[in-house]
Formats: sequence, structure tokens, C-alpha cells
Amino acid sequence: MAGTQSKSSGGRAKSATKARGAQKNVPAIAEFSKEQELEAYREMLFIRRFEEKAGQLYGMGLIGGFCHLYIGQEAVVVGMEMAKEKGDQMITSYRDHAHMLACGMDPNGVMAELTGRRGGLSKGKGGSMHMFSKEQEFYGGHGIVGAQVALGTGLAFANSYKENGKVSMAFFGDGAANQGQVYESFNMAKLWNLPVIYVIENNKYGMGTSVERASSTTDLSQRGASFGIPGVQVDGMDVRAVKAATDYAMEWCREGNGPYILEMITYRYRGHSMSDPAKYRSKDEVQKMRSEHDPIEQVRARLLEKEWASEDELKAIDKEVRGVVAASAEFAQTDPEPDASELYTDILL
Amino acid sequence: MAVEILMPALSPTMEEGKLAKWLKKEGDTVSAGDVIAEIETDKATMEVEAVDEGVLGKILVAEGTEEVKVNAPIAVLLEEGEDASAADSVGSASAAPEAPAAPAAPVAEAAPAAPAAPVVSVAPADPEIPAGTKMVSMTVREALRDAMAEEMRRNENVFLMGEEVAQYQGAYKISQGLLDEFGEKRVIDTPITEHGFTGLAVGAAMAGLNPIVEFMTFNFAMQAIDHIINSAAKTLYMSGGQMGAPMVFRGANGAAARVGAQHSQDYAAWYASIPGLKVIQPYSAADAKGLLKAAIRDPNPVVFLENEILYGQHFDVPEVDDLVLPIGKAKIVREGTDATMVSWGIGMTYALQAVDELAKQGVSVELIDLRTIRPLDMDTVLASVRKTGRIVTVEEAFPICSVSSEIAYQVQSEAFDWLDAPVLRVTGKDVPMPYAANLEKLALPNAKEVIDAVKAVTYTS
Repeated sequence: MAGTQSKSSGGRAKSATKARGAQKNVPAIAEFSKEQELEAYREMLFIRRFEEKAGQLYGMGLIGGFCHLYIGQEAVVVGMEMAKEKGDQMITSYRDHAHMLACGMDPNGVMAELTGRRGGLSKGKGGSMHMFSKEQEFYGGHGIVGAQVALGTGLAFANSYKENGKVSMAFFGDGAANQGQVYESFNMAKLWNLPVIYVIENNKYGMGTSVERASSTTDLSQRGASFGIPGVQVDGMDVRAVKAATDYAMEWCREGNGPYILEMITYRYRGHSMSDPAKYRSKDEVQKMRSEHDPIEQVRARLLEKEWASEDELKAIDKEVRGVVAASAEFAQTDPEPDASELYTDILL
Repeated sequence: MAVEILMPALSPTMEEGKLAKWLKKEGDTVSAGDVIAEIETDKATMEVEAVDEGVLGKILVAEGTEEVKVNAPIAVLLEEGEDASAADSVGSASAAPEAPAAPAAPVAEAAPAAPAAPVVSVAPADPEIPAGTKMVSMTVREALRDAMAEEMRRNENVFLMGEEVAQYQGAYKISQGLLDEFGEKRVIDTPITEHGFTGLAVGAAMAGLNPIVEFMTFNFAMQAIDHIINSAAKTLYMSGGQMGAPMVFRGANGAAARVGAQHSQDYAAWYASIPGLKVIQPYSAADAKGLLKAAIRDPNPVVFLENEILYGQHFDVPEVDDLVLPIGKAKIVREGTDATMVSWGIGMTYALQAVDELAKQGVSVELIDLRTIRPLDMDTVLASVRKTGRIVTVEEAFPICSVSSEIAYQVQSEAFDWLDAPVLRVTGKDVPMPYAANLEKLALPNAKEVIDAVKAVTYTS
């Protein structure tokens, strides 16, 4: 199926998971238990509330520079986190707050980094685009489009070198999918059979340019075809589909088959960054995604329908999450700025 | 409780904006995420979304108002069921349609002075070589190979990757024999994709390995410079000290012979301007060996600049078990009294010729081989300048914004009162490297230019 093109994939994938080529066995949907649904709901809601708060703090001038929100894409990182094992690494671009929260990094530390305070995860020296955690196996937080793809391939190289059985997940957007180093990385990853999942978060727009206007072929899951890397398109708005596809890709990598591509068809509700008015798409388009495909609403509806949670119980989760987010915002505003002496630290070891 | 909706900042540079349009009117119910107004910033018209839910109790800034300061209240949001009068109790009398004054806008304070850069601790002196140690004549090529082999034996996380480093035994035969000893797991031929394999190596370093990346020449590292600088050099700082890239980028740098403009550039000044990198540019085989071993052990990213012409030259190398030299320490190669000469890398060939010739003419020059470009050992240079009062620098690189420029700056700043002549530099010419043999010769420095410079600063002829 190499070379198969889909010029008209502007809309989201119809089926939950569209397998191509030899990968017809990818399960479309993972059946979630009540506990899994509740976990997914809580984690996605947490990310959304956190991002909303970040947007608010930006509006108040407490967060400066760039701030790229993840609102709308929550199912991708939460579904993948649910499929990952301890020691598996994540690395992503500048739209990174959600990945860190999903990895279990301290929300106070993330929010305080956004406001540039000393309690920030990078002591206030990284900013919204640059945070890291060796403990949680999160390797940033990178501001150069596509750089994390080569770096994430290097994490997989280290796994292979150490023979530790771990898998690296390198997240990048549809925009980065056209970067030259992505294909240099694909080539080496397959050549050396490195355990890496390339996660293309296709949110339809690389900044303000739609996939159709930037990419000669728009089925990005097939971008590995000329290197022999299989890939599937996944409904990135359905956390169960994300989990199922990731389970499959993880097994593929751990069995020594080399890299795998997951193209998560998703959508960001907000602009590329805070200063993006998003005039390149219609309000109807955004509204349609929000009302028909919202990742959180989908889980919420299922929880209510199956009577796995009552409205009150879901409200309680919302309240708990808001509490954590409010505490992080409070910390991020009251924590002092870094001491001036930090200017010259952490340059060299 | 009623809450104020504030004029939001919608771009990194926005300080005020125009409230172009209200999309909700007083009394409307608002849900989180609803667009309530449009605001024109310095760049674009943006939509303002409600963060909380409630009822729009009062609009404080009429639409069409210009120059509304960021963080000024623009409306009051009431909780469901709350009386509209609650809106009045919020905030001050800011209901005037004029742009209200921003509440306690941060007054531009006098910028506090940046703390002084820490003084770079002086690198220790070279280890004492015991008297009677046997000296072995060795090429720079062999010295580099031995350094890598010794460090790979010592630490199994050290590996070498690059184009033609394994089966071909190195494009310049630096990695000769390494594949045989260490196998293909640790001596890795890469595709010709510098950007990708350098990024991969940086990622491997972040995960705890110690890669040595060989560039066939540093001219090709231009493809990879983003990863060297943005990924390797800056990560330690951006992560607040949590992780960095303990690795070495090495390979031939600068002009070879007749290889033209795209294969002849010296990149020392480029990398030396980057905080977060160490940059080494050795001349002799002993320094090449001792400093490469130090670079491989260093927990920071190190750029190690070699030179193709020097690869085949022989030098005496002390036969000791573990020759590790200090990074950041210059070496006084010849002591002298009349003028100081500072050079490094292949520049030393011109410098040595000139110093020997000048000695015959009765001019005593103190010659310093920098060896490391970053951190720059200015203590050694300044001590010499304070002794001689004169200094000439010698390098093959382009003159503008060169390492020589930096040395000249620091000398005038730190030793101004000791100078008896202007600082002079001998560099490559400010042209792309020509191919024709005669033009190439003209583009590079030569011993006569160096001698002339010393004569100029010593006012002799």
C-alpha cells in the first residue's frame, strides 16, 4: 500500500482507526473498564482545566512569550500514557504542558515554570516550551520544529544500546511531519530497528497552514512507507482508540520489529499560540469538533450512559481537578522569581 | 460571587488594545469557552473567551473603546442567580466608557544590574610527566585513535558514530581498527544525514550514553548545528540542571588543501560563542590525545576541532598509561620577553616558523598555544602580555568576529595599561576559500605575515 494517497482527508477519519498495509490487526477500540474510563476522564479534564487556567494567566500577563495550549487534543497523550510502561520515554515539541501532566510531573512546577518562577520545573529558566524530568522519563519540551524526532530516535537508540526493553514515544505535529530530519530519523530507526513510536499529532494545522496546503500527501501515517515503517491513522479524539493503537504499537516495538507510526487525528480548539486569532478556519469547524467529537464529552457520555458515574460524581471530579489547578495557579503566582544568582548556573557541569 | 473580566493580553508584546465588539450583552448567560468579545491587538483581531460561567452583569468598557490597558476590568460576571446590583460592588467606578486606568500596572523599575559572571576557575596545570618518561613519535591521527580506544575500553557507554567510521575505517582513517576491537554496536556507520544522526546522538546522550559524533568535516556539521547548539548546548540550562548532553562532536575543521570554499571553513569562533559548549582545537599529537580523552570524560557537550593537514604530522607523545590533559588550560610553548604570540590548532605551524625565525633575528617571542578556545585561558595570555606589553594572534579563520577579535577585546579591557602597541592579528583573509593554488596560498596566513606583525608591535624592522 506504499504510495497510497488520500488527498481528501481534511475531515477526521471516519472509522475509529484506519489500518493500512499489513497492520490490519490493530484493534479499533479498547474496551475500557469503569476504572479506566474514570481515569481517562479525570486526566483529560485535569489537562483541560490546567490549560484553561494557563490561558487565563497569560491573559493577565503572568505568563509571557509563547504559550501553546493543548485543549482539544487531550485524548492523545492520556491514551498513550495509559498504554505506557514505567521507563518508556516521551519527548515532544513546544505544545508540551499536557505531556508533562500526563507523565505525572508536578502541576505546581509546570505552572510555576510558565510564570517563570523559581519553583518551576526548570527553575524558571526554561519557560513553557522547555521542561524535563529524568524521573518521569520526559525529555522535553523542544522549540525547534522536528528536533524532538531525531532526539526521540536517540532515546530509542539508547534503549536498544542498553537492551532495556523500553520504548520511546516521539510526538510531533502535522507541520513537523514535513521536516527533513524526520525522514533522516525514520531511515535510521528502521535501519537499526529502534524501539520508537512516532506519534504524529495531526491537529489539521501547522500554525495557520492546513495539512492540505502544506503536504503533498495527507495520509501522514504512510509517511514511513518508503522506509518500511508501518503506520495507522487513529481517532485521536477517542481515548480508547488511542490506547488500543498504542498497545499495539508498543508490542510491535518491544518485540523488536523497529519503529511504528501512529497518526493521531485530532484537533486543537485554540489558536497555535496565544496570539493566534485562528482566522484560517471557520467558527463552524471549531464548533462542530467541540460539540460532536470532544474527547472529554465522549467519556462523560459513556460514564453516564453506563451509569458508572452520576452527574454529582462527575462534578466532584471536576471540583477536585479545579482545586489542583487553582493550587498550581496560586503557587505559580506567589512563588518568587528566580534569584539573580541563577543567571549563571546550569550552563556547564 | 461576581468576578471582574479583565482586558487580556493576547500576544507577547500587547500592552493595550481596542475593545472592538461585544458579542454578549448585559444579562446574557455565558458558559466557559463562549466568545464574549473581540479585541484588536497590535497584530490581529482576537476573540476573548469566557473562562468562568455565569451571567454578564455589567459591561464596563463600551465597544469601540481604544487603548484599553491590559488587565483593566472590562465587564463583571455574575454567578447564576446573583443580583445585578452585585456588579456595582465589584471594582472601582470604572464604568466610564473611556479606557479605564489599568490597575497597578507594573511600573517600569530600573533594571537591576546583572550579577557578575562567575570567574572561571583556573584549570589545573598539565599533569607532571615523570623525568625519564619515554617519548614516542606519533601522528595526530594515531593519537586521536588511541584516545578513543582507551576511553571506549574504560567506559562501555562511549560509542563512535559517523560517516565511514566503521567498515571504511574512517574517511581520514582516524577510527582505524576500532570496529575490529569494539564491534558494530559501538562503532557505527551512519547514513549521510548529519542533521538526523547528530540529533539521534544528542538524544542518546540525554538518555545517559556518551556518544562521540565524527563529522567527516565540520563543514558538514552546518547541517547539524541546530542540534549541537539548540539541543546539546542549551538543554542543561533549559532544564534547570536536570539533564544535558555528555558527548563529543569531533572531526576535521578548517582548510585542507585545494578543496574549495565549501570544505575549508574554520568554525572555532562559531562554537566558541555558545554558552553551554566547550571547544577544543589542539595542535600537537600529545594535546590531541590528552584533550580528546578529557573531552570524552567531560559531562558537557564538547566540540573538538581537528585539522586534516595536521593528521599526518608526527609529534612526541609521552608514553604514560592515562594521558588526560586539562580542558581550558593554555600552554606556553616558548618563553620569551619581547612580545606575546597566541595561536592554536594549525595556526601554530605559522607561529612556530615565525618564532624560530625571529629568534635568529634576536627577537624573543613568548608563544602560547591556547589548545582550548572555550573556556578561554585568558589568565595565561594576560600574564604574558603584562610581561611583554605586546601581543600578536595567529589563526587561519576569517578575521571578522573571530577568536582573535575576542582575545584583542579582552586584552585591551584587562591589560590596557600594559600595552605598548596595538593588538595585531594574523588571520585568513576575508574571502571564501579560493581553489586556485596561488589564490589559496594568498588567502591563508603565512610565516612572513606573522613575522611582520611581531615586528610592527615591537617597532623593529
